[in-house]
Amino acid sequence: MSSQTIQNLTRGIIRENPTFVMLLGMCPTLGVTTSAANGLGMGLATLFVLILSNSAISLVKNFIPSMVRIPCYIVIIASFVTVVELLMAAYLPELHAQLGIFIPLIVVNCIILGRAEAFAAKNNMFQSVLDAIGMGLGFTIGLTSLGIVREILGSYSVFGWSFAGEGAYPMLLFIMPPGAFIALAGLIILVNKLRGVK
Amino acid sequence: MAKNQPIKSSLTNMILALVIVCALSALVLGYVQQITAAPIKAVKDNMELKAISEIIPEEFDNNPFAERTYITTSHKKKLMMYPVRRNGKIIALAIKSYTNKGFGGKMEIMVGFTLDGNISGYKLIDHKETPGLGTKVAEKSFADQFKGLNPSKVNFKVNKDGGDIDAVTAATISSRAVIDAIQRAYDAYSNFSAGL
Repeated sequence: MSSQTIQNLTRGIIRENPTFVMLLGMCPTLGVTTSAANGLGMGLATLFVLILSNSAISLVKNFIPSMVRIPCYIVIIASFVTVVELLMAAYLPELHAQLGIFIPLIVVNCIILGRAEAFAAKNNMFQSVLDAIGMGLGFTIGLTSLGIVREILGSYSVFGWSFAGEGAYPMLLFIMPPGAFIALAGLIILVNKLRGVK
Repeated sequence: MAKNQPIKSSLTNMILALVIVCALSALVLGYVQQITAAPIKAVKDNMELKAISEIIPEEFDNNPFAERTYITTSHKKKLMMYPVRRNGKIIALAIKSYTNKGFGGKMEIMVGFTLDGNISGYKLIDHKETPGLGTKVAEKSFADQFKGLNPSKVNFKVNKDGGDIDAVTAATISSRAVIDAIQRAYDAYSNFSAGL
């Protein structure tokens, strides 16, 4: 594999992480990460849609006139999201009960249209799939770590496993919307420190 | 023309591209909807049956799901009722009720009643409550206080409204919604049992 290929795969995970570096797709990031499991589920669903949409769009890019490309991409993305939602409702009802109302939001997740427009529309299918895997994993990691932090602080548990007694009063703020911003800001500070950004 | 250049837009090819993309999407969606319709219905039916066996503590030997019928509340609202029998005799009723007062809108809930009008339990079937907050109304610590309660014999409101039910902390609206749905089920139950 050439270094460019490897870079396409790894770029989304750290250097251009959609959650911590590019701050894309903030709606699901802030909305669903009330628990680690929710963050992980949403991240994986987005990863799946991203792989499907990036590969489909890289295949049809040469047949779509540039003036109508955005409507075409959105129709393709919305179809894949609906497919994922139907399949999830049929075969993973537990996960669907948890994430159900957030799944349609994937359509308007700007990471997906962003990658379609910025990468899949200019590269071949193989590279587009690698890019989708990298970006999707980066998003999954971002959502899961945010979910872990919020769940630990807000419900005293990790992945549903509670480590506090019955009468404990966790910091409810962190499960509520303002807590999402605070936790995300904390994580971004940490990531920037680790990356050496001033 | 370079290989990676998208084709030049003209009215015909724009219309053509959109029509083809939409038609293909519709085809795929129709197909997926067709193959998932049966499993989705099975999941929902199964969930209702499981909910019934969870909220009725006694053993029963019929299939309440097969015997379901509509009953009406005093406000002419139709609710689905599932008779629970042992040896052919009705021992309890499960009623699928709803409320529109949930934090996330509509909430569907299965309520079990023993024949003396006491609640034997309830289970959320469908809801859009906030994960981690409103969803706590499904948990034991809240749900258990309803067991053996008769809505007509207690002050059936949350403590914030001067009633006897302890609301979930930070989820008063969801707690009120559960009470509203159970009250509706109880209306249907008392209406139905008056005619027995």
